[in-house]
Amino acid sequence: MRQFVERHTFWAIVIFLAVAVLAWLIFAVWPDWLEAAIGRKKTFINTLLNGVTLAGLYFLVASGFTLVFGLMRNVNLAHGSLYLLGGYLGYEVAEASGSWFFGLAVAFLAIAGAGVLMQVLIFRRMEGDDLRQTLVTIAISIIAADIMLAIWTGTTYQFAPPEWLFGAATLPVVSVLKSSGDPVFIKYPVYRLAVLGTAVAVGIALWLFLNRTRVGMMVRAGVNDRHMLSATGINVPLLFATVFAIGAGLAGFAGVVGGTALSIAPGEDVRYLLASLIVVIVGGLGSVPGAAIGALLIGLAEQFGLAYFPTYGVVLTFLIMVVVLAVRPQGIMGTR
Amino acid sequence: MDARQLFSGNLSLADVHPGVALTVVFLLAYPGFASDFFVFQIGAYSLILGTISLSLMMLAGYGGMVSLAQLTIAGIAGYLVAILGDNSVGVMGLGWPWWLTVPAALLAAVLFSTFIGAISVRTDGIYMIMITLAIAVAFFYFVRQNYVLFNGFTGFAGIEPPTLFGIYWRDPVPFYYLSLFVAAGFFWAVRYAARSTYGLSLQAIRDNPRRMRALGYDVTLHRIVAHILAGVIAGTAGILLVWFNGRISPGSVGIDVAIDILVIAVVGGLRHPIGPFLGAIVFVLLENFAIDLIDRERFNTVIGVAFLLVVLFSPDGLLGLFNRIRSQVQLGRRTRLEAGRPATGGRNVVGSIEQN
Repeated sequence: MRQFVERHTFWAIVIFLAVAVLAWLIFAVWPDWLEAAIGRKKTFINTLLNGVTLAGLYFLVASGFTLVFGLMRNVNLAHGSLYLLGGYLGYEVAEASGSWFFGLAVAFLAIAGAGVLMQVLIFRRMEGDDLRQTLVTIAISIIAADIMLAIWTGTTYQFAPPEWLFGAATLPVVSVLKSSGDPVFIKYPVYRLAVLGTAVAVGIALWLFLNRTRVGMMVRAGVNDRHMLSATGINVPLLFATVFAIGAGLAGFAGVVGGTALSIAPGEDVRYLLASLIVVIVGGLGSVPGAAIGALLIGLAEQFGLAYFPTYGVVLTFLIMVVVLAVRPQGIMGTR
Repeated sequence: MDARQLFSGNLSLADVHPGVALTVVFLLAYPGFASDFFVFQIGAYSLILGTISLSLMMLAGYGGMVSLAQLTIAGIAGYLVAILGDNSVGVMGLGWPWWLTVPAALLAAVLFSTFIGAISVRTDGIYMIMITLAIAVAFFYFVRQNYVLFNGFTGFAGIEPPTLFGIYWRDPVPFYYLSLFVAAGFFWAVRYAARSTYGLSLQAIRDNPRRMRALGYDVTLHRIVAHILAGVIAGTAGILLVWFNGRISPGSVGIDVAIDILVIAVVGGLRHPIGPFLGAIVFVLLENFAIDLIDRERFNTVIGVAFLLVVLFSPDGLLGLFNRIRSQVQLGRRTRLEAGRPATGGRNVVGSIEQN
C-alpha cells in the first residue's frame, strides 16, 4: 500500500479522490442541482448496487473460466453451457428435494464432474492444440444448448430461495429527506446482497486456495511453467483435472446463484459466455484478481448503461474492452 | 497452374484438371436442369454462405487468425443496404440508389473489418477468437436493443436488389449467376493472393511471426491487410445475403449463425479455398433435408455432432478426409504396382503438397 503510494503518487491521489467522491455520492443527501443533473439518488444507488451484485455474479462465472485458462491455456467456450446446465440441474434438485442449498451443492458437484469428464475425455487427447480445443468446446456448446432446449424447453424457470433470503433490507443510506425532515432509507433485496457476499467469499476462498495451500502453489507454478512443474514430480494430469473441476463447478454454482437472482432460460449461456469473455479480456486471462476487477467494470458499465442510456448500453461495455485492448492488450492484470 | 502463366498467356487447356473443367461446366449448366428451389435455395444460398466462409478460411488458413466476426461484417453491409436503400418497414430507408448504397455498405464493412483487425492483431491465437466472438455477440445485442438505427428486434424487411438491364436480379436464375460470379471471382482472387508475394509472406507470418518480424516484415500491417481483404469478401457476400433473404434482423447476425459460418469453414477444410464451398453445400443440404430424417427442432444437434466429429477425427475437414482417402488409394495402387518394393513416401508427398 505504502509502496504503491510512493511509486504512483499521482494515481494514488486519483484513486483516493474517486473513492471520496463515491462515498460522498452514496452517503450524502443530494443537493438539488445534482438531482437535476443526473436524476434521483435512488436510481443511482440502485444502479450502483445492481452493478456490484451483477459484478459478483460475473466474477463467479469468470473466475472459473480464467483459472482453467491460466493453468491449461484452454479456452473453454462451453463455460456458458456449464452455467446454464448448473442452473437447470440445481432447479430440478431443489424442486424435488425442497432444499435450495441441496440444489446448490448438487449443481456444484455435478458440473464439477462434468468438467472432469470434459478434461479427461476431450482436452487431454489434444493437449497443446489450442485451436482444436476451442473448436471442440464450441461444438459441445452447440449440442448442449440444443439438448437443454429439448429437455427444459424454452420456458423461463424461477427458483424459490430460502425464506430468510427473501424480502428487502433497509440500508443505512438516505435517499431523500421528507418535508418533515425524516430521512427515507433505501431498500434493497436481501438475496442480491447475499449474491454479492457469496462472490466476495468465493473470491477470498480462491485467493486463500491459490496463495496459502500446497495445491494452490502447484497451480501457480503450473501457470508459470507447467513443464518444469511436471519435471519436479507433480502429478500434473491430476492437478489439471482438479482445477478443471473447480472452474467448472464454479460455473454450475453460479448457475444456481445467478438463476435465483435473475432467472434461467435458453440464451443465458451465450450471455454469460459473453460476460466471461469480456471480463477476462479486460481483466487479463489467467488472473483471478483481474477477473474481479474486470467483473466490477463490466457489471457497473452494464447496469449504468442500462439505466442512463438504454439503447447504447452494450456499446459502453464494448468500448471498455476496446480501450483496454488498445492500451493494455494483455488485460489490466494480465502478464505475458 | 502458376498464376503467372495465366497472364503471360501460355496456359493451355491441357493444363486444366478434368475435375476442374467438369465442375465449371456443371456450375454453369446447373440452372439448366435444376428446379428453381434447387437453383435459388440450395445453389445461390450455398454460394453466398461459402463466400462468407471463404473470408474466414482466408484469415484462418493463410493468416492463422480465426475470426468469428465475419458474419458480423457481412451483417453490417446488409444492415446498411437496408438503412441507406429502401425497405418496407418505414424505419430509416434513406432511398439511395443502388450504385451509392452498395459501395457505401461495402466501405462500412471494410472499415469495420479493418477496425476489428486493428484491435485484434495486437494479440493472437486464442485471444483473437475470444475478441471476435465478443464483438459478434456485442453487435447482436446492440442491433437488438437499438431501435433508432437498426429497428431493434424486428429488423428490416422488403429489401430488393436493383432491376438492371431489364433483369430482376432476385429471380432464381439471374441471382444464381450473380452469386456464382461473385463467389468464383473471390475464389480465384484468394487463390491468386495466396500465391502472391503478399500471400506467401502472410503464410510465413502464420507459421512464425517472430522470424518474419526479425526479417524486417511488418507483421501487424500484413495481418491488418488480411482483415481488409476478408472484409471486402464478407461485405460483398453480406450484400448478396440481404438481397437473397429480402430482410435482415438481429437473428441474421446472431451468435449461432456466426458459429455456423465457422462450422462451414472447418467442416469444409481450412487449407484450400474450395473447402468453405464444400462445407456450405453440405451444410445447406443438411439444413434442408435433415428434416426428413430428424425433427427440425434438433437440427443444431445434428450440426453440432457433425462439427464435433470433424474436429475430433479429421481436423482438416472434408478436404483433409478426401486427401487422406485419395492418398490411401494411391498408396494402395502403388503398392500393387511396385509389389515387392517398399512403397514409401506416397502419403507424405500428397500431404506436403496440401500443407502449402
